[in-house]
Amino acid sequence: MTSFLHATVIAGTPLLLSTLGEILNEKAGNLNLGVEGMMLMGAVAGFLAAKGTNNAFLAVLCGLLFGCIGAFIYAFLTVTLRTNQTVTGLTLTIFGSGVSSFVGQNLSGQVVPDRVKYFLTPIRLPLLGKIPFLGNIFFNQDILVYISYILVFVIAVYFYKTRAGLNLKAVGDNPYAADAASINVALYKYINIIAGGALCGLSGGYLSLVYVPAWQNNITAGRGWIAVALVIFAAWNPYKALLGAYLFGGLDIIGFRIQDGFVSKYFLDMLPYIVTIIVLTFFSFKRSKKNSPPKSLGVSYFREER
Amino acid sequence: MRFVKRDNVDNFFRIKVKIISIVLAFLIMSIFLFALNINPLDAFFGMVKGAFGSPLRIRQTTIKTVPLIITSLGILIAFKMKFWNIGGEGQILIGAFGASIFALFYNNFNRPVLLALMALSSLVFGGLYALIAAFLKLYFRTNETIVTLMLNYIALKFITYLQYGPWKDKKALGFPKIANFPDNALLPSFFGVNIGWVIAVICLILVYIFMNHTKKGYEISIIGESINTARYAGINIKAVTLLCVFLSGALCGLTGFIQSSGVNGTLSVEISGGVGFTSIIIAYLSSLKEPFILIVSILFAALLQGSSYIETSLKIPNSAALILQSLILFCILASEIFTSYRLKIKR
Repeated sequence: MTSFLHATVIAGTPLLLSTLGEILNEKAGNLNLGVEGMMLMGAVAGFLAAKGTNNAFLAVLCGLLFGCIGAFIYAFLTVTLRTNQTVTGLTLTIFGSGVSSFVGQNLSGQVVPDRVKYFLTPIRLPLLGKIPFLGNIFFNQDILVYISYILVFVIAVYFYKTRAGLNLKAVGDNPYAADAASINVALYKYINIIAGGALCGLSGGYLSLVYVPAWQNNITAGRGWIAVALVIFAAWNPYKALLGAYLFGGLDIIGFRIQDGFVSKYFLDMLPYIVTIIVLTFFSFKRSKKNSPPKSLGVSYFREER
Repeated sequence: MRFVKRDNVDNFFRIKVKIISIVLAFLIMSIFLFALNINPLDAFFGMVKGAFGSPLRIRQTTIKTVPLIITSLGILIAFKMKFWNIGGEGQILIGAFGASIFALFYNNFNRPVLLALMALSSLVFGGLYALIAAFLKLYFRTNETIVTLMLNYIALKFITYLQYGPWKDKKALGFPKIANFPDNALLPSFFGVNIGWVIAVICLILVYIFMNHTKKGYEISIIGESINTARYAGINIKAVTLLCVFLSGALCGLTGFIQSSGVNGTLSVEISGGVGFTSIIIAYLSSLKEPFILIVSILFAALLQGSSYIETSLKIPNSAALILQSLILFCILASEIFTSYRLKIKR
């Protein structure tokens, strides 16, 4: 059981990172459907950097950076040029998957160098790691998992306790009013979209460097889309995102662990996607005022038409 | 720097902007190829040669055009209503599955009857599969983009399950594939290409008439323009939505039939091969206008055929086509603002 939950946290971490990334996007009023694409770009960049430099830090940084690049393209198109967010996001996904399979063409099956792997192995934290049961599950993990815990907390503080978070909410809810209150709408959108892209790139890097850890084409296998759905599950709240990500991480592990028995494991592979639809349906249906999306989500802001 | 609204924009100007942006996409791609030590001119001429260089290659390009036309038409119908059906891939697979049921298990008919049954089955299966998303959207307000996308993965895993499990061909010596269709379940050829291209042309005409000259087609556009107007005009939104999404999925399903019966000769996970996604781009590039679908589909088929040619001749990965496709769309998207706005630089 402990090993199952331990694995669940690892499987949930990429989902958590990309869900947080998408929450940042959506809080700024931009529905970015390019999560899968940014993750793939981050995954391939991280993997290549790991191969090339043998340095875990640079590998992770590279993954993060390429997520940012993807997000920047999206931000430039949707914020500055006011393109349709749905289509732009989809295109970003196609672009990212094209880039990753183009660059990763000859990498299939190659593994992450040992030196990089070594830096990303679980480290038991001094005090917290000694907590019975929970210590093993949550505090005997690799450094990126710890970073993801911190990110949840930092983002929650940013959203709920800072002035910038309040401004961000204004931008996402009503950019016209925000602009009138002299908040720089475009700047807020750019910063949050790019920060979100960084998290998606990091998430992709986590897949290729820690979770798999080798290169395979289309390594994300739809996790980016599950993350988009998890945002609704989490009602744009970072803490609930953590819960949702681990729930789906668990599903991932179940499909992985069950070998051919009563039900075929090929059949069970459908499970996470089916559960995503069910969860999404449930949470869209009982959407309350408190759990509603930013009001201008998906709508371009034209200052000239104010 | 700010944008100022343009007053009168004619179609000629729009097309000019689109062509400029496609050229721009090729330029960006050139930089990309340069960076990888590949001469872009070699690549682009290779693509043209690979797509149109010989009668055989032209036939190959035509074969690749057919699924793009039909699927794009399906996507167009849904997009007209602003129903973001990105489940083309899944609907193609499930349509092919519907056709395969007849081809593999109920094939004691003569060829025309069996093919008609397979086509019908693919339409129904594809349509019903898309309806899941419409139903959830109508009754539970679930986001259709994500549902149709999840349905892609579910369909993919389902066909994988069939291929590795219950439908695995026992004669294939353990190789995970589904049995080949019998001869009477294969589409005949017409001018050297399977008659899917005739079906594509018929679909194009039918969809054009349906969307532009029937009441239901008009109602779909109204809902897409403004749901409130539609409600005010007394349109039965639920009924029209269900019909629209069913037709959208049915056309994608039909693609599955043509690909399995006319091209692959069996059902496999590779049958959709990204067509569902490419078609989204095509539908969008065609400004949701049927005649343009034909032209853009041929260009994209040439892109696909050309890039699979240079994959062997120049050793450029096939995914280059994917990058080029998305670059074209990025540039077109970016250019759209310039068709309705002018950039004004304040000093």
